[in-house]
Amino acid sequence: MSEHDITRAEHIEYVLRLADNVLILGQRISEWCGHAPVIEEDLALSNMALDLIGQSRLLLTHAGELEGKGRDEDQLAFLRVERDFRNVTLMEVPNEDFGRTTVRNFLFSAFQVLLWDKLSASTDRALAAIAAKSLKEARYHLNHSAEWVIRLGDGTALSQQKTQAALDYLWPYSAELFADSPVDAAAAAAGIGPAWSALEAEWEALVLPVLAEATLVVPARTPFKSFGKFGRHSEHMGHLLATMQYMQRTYPGAQW
Amino acid sequence: MLTESQAWQVLDGVPDPEVPVVSVVELGIIRELRCSDDGLTVVVTPTYSGCPATEVIGLAIRDSLLAAGAPGVKLETRLDPPWTSDWIGDAAREKLRAYGIVPPGDRAVSGAAQPIRFVRKRLTCPRCGSNDTERLSEFGSTACKATWRCRSCLEPFEYFKPI
Repeated sequence: MSEHDITRAEHIEYVLRLADNVLILGQRISEWCGHAPVIEEDLALSNMALDLIGQSRLLLTHAGELEGKGRDEDQLAFLRVERDFRNVTLMEVPNEDFGRTTVRNFLFSAFQVLLWDKLSASTDRALAAIAAKSLKEARYHLNHSAEWVIRLGDGTALSQQKTQAALDYLWPYSAELFADSPVDAAAAAAGIGPAWSALEAEWEALVLPVLAEATLVVPARTPFKSFGKFGRHSEHMGHLLATMQYMQRTYPGAQW
Repeated sequence: MLTESQAWQVLDGVPDPEVPVVSVVELGIIRELRCSDDGLTVVVTPTYSGCPATEVIGLAIRDSLLAAGAPGVKLETRLDPPWTSDWIGDAAREKLRAYGIVPPGDRAVSGAAQPIRFVRKRLTCPRCGSNDTERLSEFGSTACKATWRCRSCLEPFEYFKPI
């Protein structure tokens, strides 16, 4: 890796974004465990949450090693404060219903498949190994959620209406994935990974045909912006962290 | 002191906790064994990032080797190359089928270019041999399996996912 092109802080920031996206979405999806509409989807959502949390463990461990201050995956997940999390806001908004959960999984897993594929050629060897492994998992998430988006969108009047409402709600948040930043530019220059904005055209080529087949209307882009990946989160993030971090905050250092 | 080939034999007796009909060696997750004076280093690769069985497998590997006389056991995790279901051998595939789990088919293509497919493939029911089967879910009781059902004998069965 060329240390000249990217600072250590920028490198850590790039990895933390990857880690926090999958950690926070994994936490959100895990809320479905025992509550999904049918047992098959309960298993599917729990399995996807496990994959995402497993990926976050590898990424957080890597971020901790890059940082070199002895922080491990648990400390990074359970003892950071809200402003230190680097997930996009899209990951933290509530599940609402099965439709919104499914549409979010679809929009995000399409992005992840493209991103993991690029990252598997990263100059950061540890990151490349994590990416090659995660890509296989993300493909299943994408196929599964894409099938459900079509089934729900092109389904009954009620499922169509709920899925359209989910897309209308989530679409503005998806813009944040492609917002440029100096960290992206540095990571791309050093070969660590692509600037996320470079994935937008490929992402649309993957996502739009499925939404069309689902008879969903893609909302126009608006000036709305969210800033989760810069540490400025929505009102939902604190509630999510309160649940996720409860044990370590209440009993610091607890192990089991 | 265990020799390397003895250690492999010991590990071939360690069952996967979720699919006990195959050993961790048959599953292809033991990537390398190194012997030294201090003991054995076992290089393991996880099947799925979030597989909850990973830690149990580590403990079972350690316990079985120590019980067989290894002076010490060190576990090392290796992610690269990532695990693929192609590493499950033919004999193990037949064991899976006899156990009621359809072994993994051809692996998905590499890269992101894989198209989203909606055409269902058909599997052969491991119980009655009928091809009149349908997938219930891409996911199942463990990360590595999908849930299917046979429309002839009406029994559910599992499919070891190609990855």
